[in-house]
Amino acid sequence: MLNLKKDLVVIGGGPAGLAAAKKAYDEGIEDVMILERDFELGGILPQCIHNGFGLHYFKEELTGPEYAQRFINDVKERNIEIKLDTMVLDVTKDRKVYAMNKKEGFLEIEAGAVVLAMGCRERTAGAIGIPGTRPAGVITAGTAQRYTNIEGFVPGDEVVILGSGDIGLIMARRMKLEGADVKAVCELLPYTGGLTRNVVQCLEDYDIPLMLNHTVTAIKGEGRLEAVEISEVDENLKPIPETAKTIKADTLLLSVGLIPENELSKKADVVLDDRTGGPIVNEGRETNIEGIFACGNVLHVHDLVDWVTEESQIAGAHAAKYIKDSFARTNKCVEVKAGENVSYVIPQKIELEAGDRKRIPLYMRVSTPLTAVDINLYADGEKLYSFSEPFAKPGEMISVPLAQKTLDGLDNPNEIKVEIIEKEGK
Amino acid sequence: MIETKSLTCVACPKGCEVTVEYEGDEIIDIKGNACPQGQDYAKEEIVAPTRILPTTIRIKNGALSLCPVKTTKQIPLENMFKAMQIIGDKEIEAPVKMGDVLIENILDTGADIVATRDMPEEI
Ligand SMILES: Cc1cc2nc3c(=O)[nH]c(=O)nc-3n(C[C@H](O)[C@H](O)[C@H](O)COP(=O)(O)OP(=O)(O)OC[C@H]3O[C@@H](n4cnc5c(N)ncnc54)[C@H](O)[C@@H]3O)c2cc1C
Ligand code: SF4
Repeated sequence: MLNLKKDLVVIGGGPAGLAAAKKAYDEGIEDVMILERDFELGGILPQCIHNGFGLHYFKEELTGPEYAQRFINDVKERNIEIKLDTMVLDVTKDRKVYAMNKKEGFLEIEAGAVVLAMGCRERTAGAIGIPGTRPAGVITAGTAQRYTNIEGFVPGDEVVILGSGDIGLIMARRMKLEGADVKAVCELLPYTGGLTRNVVQCLEDYDIPLMLNHTVTAIKGEGRLEAVEISEVDENLKPIPETAKTIKADTLLLSVGLIPENELSKKADVVLDDRTGGPIVNEGRETNIEGIFACGNVLHVHDLVDWVTEESQIAGAHAAKYIKDSFARTNKCVEVKAGENVSYVIPQKIELEAGDRKRIPLYMRVSTPLTAVDINLYADGEKLYSFSEPFAKPGEMISVPLAQKTLDGLDNPNEIKVEIIEKEGK
Repeated sequence: MIETKSLTCVACPKGCEVTVEYEGDEIIDIKGNACPQGQDYAKEEIVAPTRILPTTIRIKNGALSLCPVKTTKQIPLENMFKAMQIIGDKEIEAPVKMGDVLIENILDTGADIVATRDMPEEI
């Protein structure tokens, strides 16, 4: 076994890992190593060939590969060590990282700090329990994206898509342009989980029907998928049997959600949040285990890679501070709670005594679509401040700044709560 | 013949449902937009909708067998399948760099097809 020592080890070379490594390096930590199991850097972005990335961060519209390439170039310009084809197997709470690759065999790396940036995985047919057989042709939208855009074969001719998240919408257009007959996108809920722009440019542009309040109730076929049965659902999201109809299809794409990939985090005794599926972190994205940080989709599922970059820079900067010993956490924290209509807030806690910061961005999602909302912040039940937005959608993350001045004005607060409610009489 | 079409404005995330009445290229009425930007959007969507086309092109001797590409500017929506055909008929050779022009002025739209990543040779 090869024994190594590094100031910072970053697990995962997607946009989160790349931005965290770059930021830590620029903050003075030059002994950085990125471990990536794939044969190249970039994470999921090389397969996301469509445009729409980078509007917030680069102020221009890029495709996924372009966004990744910029960060890959930045990391390569710096003296950051990169190990590809290297699978991380274990992380301990005293920050030993165990990994393996073909060239070097087993590696044990003693790390000053660790950034977890393993991304997420897709929910599968098993995870959502559709009745019927399990023939070939039932795959996740992300797998279809990889086949079509990286490996070079289009995985079907007659396609139905279950779930209207962005990956499903993007794949509807992609397969249509590659010549497939995309028959419908079914969405269980009365609204789509994707961006409006994707509904217009991926479905409406190509006359692909979006069937809201519909779900797949049976999968038919032996060997290869032959048809799917879809049904309308009632207000309790229960299928209405009389509405069932059969659609001929050889491919069913599932776009039914992403789950943060936290097998490794659990091995290091990192505590996870039930609502996000990712670690519980403070404002520096440090987990309950000292010196172990998390960012990107491993922490919570992001809809825009721009937010992943912003968050990962926070994690990279704090990891650098930790390594330089200039940030000692006191564990004197205020808890951040999700109030009415808010499904979660990141970070879940904020260190009260922490140096030179000006404001702390709070990332959150609403649990249901709302219009004309007030976003209210409370400290121990007392209103801190409030502002209005024309609308809030579950598919789009909201970032609310909390000023350090506001925090400083509080006397040992226990809890900050955010609620998002529709204005009265609107 | 007067036709009506309802569109979702994507000029901002509010996503107003805009209804347009038109005859050929002539706009008769636009309703449902909460601001003037919605009017411009609806007009363009009826008269000449345009989009960026992101897709892939086959590449010889590359680390992967496909290289992702895009049009350098928006091209008319009605040209998408024709453009796909032209790109599909072509095979390029590795290595390429992000931004390399692979097809010039596709379908006389003024847009080039460029690589959206570096694609090194197969190792
Ligand atoms: C199929 C799919 C499509 C998406 N499409 C879009 C989109 O169109 N637009 C958008 O903005 N966002 C999209 N997203 C969200 C997207 O994932 C994020 O924008 C961004 O890529 C997340 O970055 P990340 O670095 O956290 O995760 P990832 O990009 O997933 O990177 C994680 C990296 O960690 C590596 N890794 C994981 N475990 C290990 C291990 N044990 N050892 C070594 N390496 C490991 C993986 O190989 C991967 O390279 C999509 C997500 C998925 C899953
Ligand atoms: S009409 Fe105006 S407010 Fe409505 S979506 Fe378009 S730009 Fe936004």
